[in-house]
Amino acid sequence: MAPVATPFFFYLFAAIMLIGGIAVITRKNPVHSALALIVTLLAQSSIYLMLYAPFVAGVQVILYAGGIMVLFLFVIMLVSIDRSMKERQFNSQWVVGIVAATALAGLFVTVYIKGTSIFPDRVLPIIESDNTQKVATMLYGQYMFAFEIASLLLLVAIIGAVVMAKKRI
Amino acid sequence: MGQIIQYIESYLKTKDLTPGAAGNMFWALVYILLIFGGLSVAVIAMNWLERKILAHMQVRLGPMRVGPHGLLQPIADAIKLLLKEDIMPTEADRFVFWTAPLIVVMAAFTVFIVVPFGPTHAVTDMNIGVLFMLGVSSLSVLGVVMAGWASNSHYPLIGALRSSAQMVSYEVAMGLAVVAAVLMTSLNAEGTGTLSMIGIVQAQQAQGIWFIFKFFPLGAIAFFIFAVSMVAETNRAPFDLAEAESELTAGFHTEYSGFRWSLFFLAEYSAMIAVSSIAVTLWLGGWLRPFPNLLSGPTWDLVFSLFPGITFLLLAAMCFFNAARMPKHPMFRIQTIGLAGFGMVLGLIGLVLLLPAVRVRVQDIFWFAAKVAGFMYLYIWYRGTFPRYRFDQLMHIGWKVLLPLGLAVLILTASVALLQQRLWHP
Amino acid sequence: MTYQHNTLSHLELEAPEKPFLDSNELVINMGPQHPATHGVLRVILRLDGEKVLGLECVIGYLHRGVEKIGEHRTYTMFNPYVDRMDYVAAVSNGLGYCETVEKLLNVEAPPRAQHIRVILAELNRIASHQLWLGTHALDIGAITPLFYTFRDREEILKIYEKYCGARLTTHAFRIGGLQYETYNGFEKDVKNFLTFFRPKIDEYEELLTTNRIWVERTKDVGTISAEDCIALGVTGPVLRASGVKWDLRKAQPYANYKNFDFDIPTGHNGDTYDRYLVRMAEMRQSVRIVEQALDALPEGPIIAKVPKVMKPAAGEVYHSIEAPKGELGYFIVSDGSTQPYRVRVRPPSFVNLQALDVMCRGELVADVIAVIGTLDIVLGEVDR
Repeated sequence: MAPVATPFFFYLFAAIMLIGGIAVITRKNPVHSALALIVTLLAQSSIYLMLYAPFVAGVQVILYAGGIMVLFLFVIMLVSIDRSMKERQFNSQWVVGIVAATALAGLFVTVYIKGTSIFPDRVLPIIESDNTQKVATMLYGQYMFAFEIASLLLLVAIIGAVVMAKKRI
Repeated sequence: MGQIIQYIESYLKTKDLTPGAAGNMFWALVYILLIFGGLSVAVIAMNWLERKILAHMQVRLGPMRVGPHGLLQPIADAIKLLLKEDIMPTEADRFVFWTAPLIVVMAAFTVFIVVPFGPTHAVTDMNIGVLFMLGVSSLSVLGVVMAGWASNSHYPLIGALRSSAQMVSYEVAMGLAVVAAVLMTSLNAEGTGTLSMIGIVQAQQAQGIWFIFKFFPLGAIAFFIFAVSMVAETNRAPFDLAEAESELTAGFHTEYSGFRWSLFFLAEYSAMIAVSSIAVTLWLGGWLRPFPNLLSGPTWDLVFSLFPGITFLLLAAMCFFNAARMPKHPMFRIQTIGLAGFGMVLGLIGLVLLLPAVRVRVQDIFWFAAKVAGFMYLYIWYRGTFPRYRFDQLMHIGWKVLLPLGLAVLILTASVALLQQRLWHP
Repeated sequence: MTYQHNTLSHLELEAPEKPFLDSNELVINMGPQHPATHGVLRVILRLDGEKVLGLECVIGYLHRGVEKIGEHRTYTMFNPYVDRMDYVAAVSNGLGYCETVEKLLNVEAPPRAQHIRVILAELNRIASHQLWLGTHALDIGAITPLFYTFRDREEILKIYEKYCGARLTTHAFRIGGLQYETYNGFEKDVKNFLTFFRPKIDEYEELLTTNRIWVERTKDVGTISAEDCIALGVTGPVLRASGVKWDLRKAQPYANYKNFDFDIPTGHNGDTYDRYLVRMAEMRQSVRIVEQALDALPEGPIIAKVPKVMKPAAGEVYHSIEAPKGELGYFIVSDGSTQPYRVRVRPPSFVNLQALDVMCRGELVADVIAVIGTLDIVLGEVDR
């Protein structure tokens, strides 16, 4: 399927992501920050679509925007936000912040300059009609072990959450 | 100008692609407008049907005054809601209060892009059709949470959190049931299934069996799990604790009035139709007519293709019958004329649907809509019959009953499918 | 029958010294305007999360000073006032009052009057239980039984209207008997109603008794043991559902209930589901009683020889009857004049309401409404 107006949409979604990301860290109200994060994640799923990865885009919407962010919002709303809104925003770790930001910027610049020569073996699957099937074949075939480890990790997290939240065993 | 007409016509030449798949934006827009219009009419009809059917179950008549047999009642309600004062609580967060109903409505309406009314009658056919529908309908949870929080009041917040916890819990069970059905689509020669809605129905067509009957009773149990979860997902009886009036928590849309409230209401009915569409597509054969293999052949095709026209003619006959039964008092003259006119419109539609050229094209849409209408009737029936579940019992069912059942069905379906592959097609 | 005096300490009915509010607790106010409190009842709940730790009922919003009014009316003039207390079962109120004054006057109503009194009182029991069923089911979320029970209740109200002109506050009885003879077709109407009604109870049961959701909402909800019932003075279907077979129609028969053959349905667990079953069975027993009364209706006068100006001898009397909601008692003190010195009403709902605290301890908030419904209280009676 031929792409439609790719540069325009890329810049649009990238701009939405950037604005959303900046809104996350600058809003005083934590609920507004969470909503801005949701906008960022939805724009990110659009970028996945543009990379011909519809499955990851769908999963991003279901899990991240529709599951994880809902839980974020639960916690934010149940905790009293009046106190946190009255607090002054502080930047006491600005040295470490600047070092980390510089390192990240250096990484981005390096990748941009080196360009495609970093990834010589890139495979760009243009056909998206069986993207889900290809992901499934790889996930349950070649990367089965990693899949199982990840699911074990999630199981440990669930058990930990239940144990911590129960009033009595 | 000629280029535009050529563009429009080029889609009509491609026989078996949806407008989205064919890349034709004009027809995609036409289909979107058609679906939007049809959905709005369906929601209005659902409003009237719910009040009438619930009333008849409760040995009363329901709306009878506004228009003949209350047919204009939904329009009167809509006008009333539009004219109501738009109240916003003073301490409420204005932006969030304003966007919450928008998110719910957008999530409820966007899912209809992939709903297939026929093999080419969808706006587009995504590779991830079912995943897209589940994902976008899970975004409505965000709208509910935002609505409860933005009201800046204790009870709507608790109601919203409960509603959203309920919706999230039942999404898990829904997902497992959906996976069990998608598993059945992979029982073909290539060994790969599909998540695309049109592909799922075509898989049922190819395998010659609706998935509700496949590997009986596994398909039926998966369908049952989905049918229960979808009622809980849309916050309808018997799982409507969060919006019941006789409970302490007042529900997330308490502070909303007028048009904003009607948006929630619109979104609720659209979400009901959306999840019913998923159920119909996955288990009940989508747009396929009953018994496509058992009663095949041109005569049976003809018989079944007459159903849409005959249904509308029956509805028209009911209208005329009731118009004849109306009191002969001059005050009822307008209502009688109105009902007879409505009956004539329905009769005309029925006659049009009997034309051969129209019959063939409309069949698929009719069967799909009829099956979804069956689900809508079930929704109303549940509301009239069942008491309400308490919230902890609700969560118990979602996590401790439906989730293990879904897992068991999934494992059993996979095992039976594997056995079938090995034993019958080694 | 005597009962041991139970120590009430486990019920914490003596006012504790600790404050009503603890640090971890949430206090929620329900009512007095609430769709589910069956009148103007205010309930203050002490919650720990979702669990109810205790509750306090604030009543008095419907107090009309009926007992004080009674001191300034003659005995006949006070008769219509008693209907307004338990306005759902007005006939029973009238029966209790008339019988108490008859006891004071040492008069007995003639047999025909007593028969008709039994018929009307049992029809009233059916009507009261029907209203209870409709509203109780509505609180739990089943919206349809309400319409079925109200539709069937109409037939009883039509009979009342034809008999005495009023549907709800009937003022059906007079001191010494009845004022109105039964109208032409009374027996036919009541017989038709019985044939009409018998399958209706099955209809209600079909909707609810084996309904899984109903059972889950009502089983083991609002349990109260027999000892607690007796200690708190709870009577009526609530007591019988906890396993105590105590019904004033059999224990201290009045009117002419001893001539009729009927059972006393009891339950085992004392939970909401048992109370539901007991009331459904009571409706069936009432049908039985009315049938027997209709078959054996004697002829004769309908009112005894009662003086026009009633001046009972100075003294006091307490008489109670089995109203649909429990033991309805009247304590009348006469000082020899035409107006009573004191009329004290022992309303069943007032005494049963005390059990609400015990029944709701440990339940979830959503069950409080179910329990208020199952107690079948009428605020007109609680507040008088």
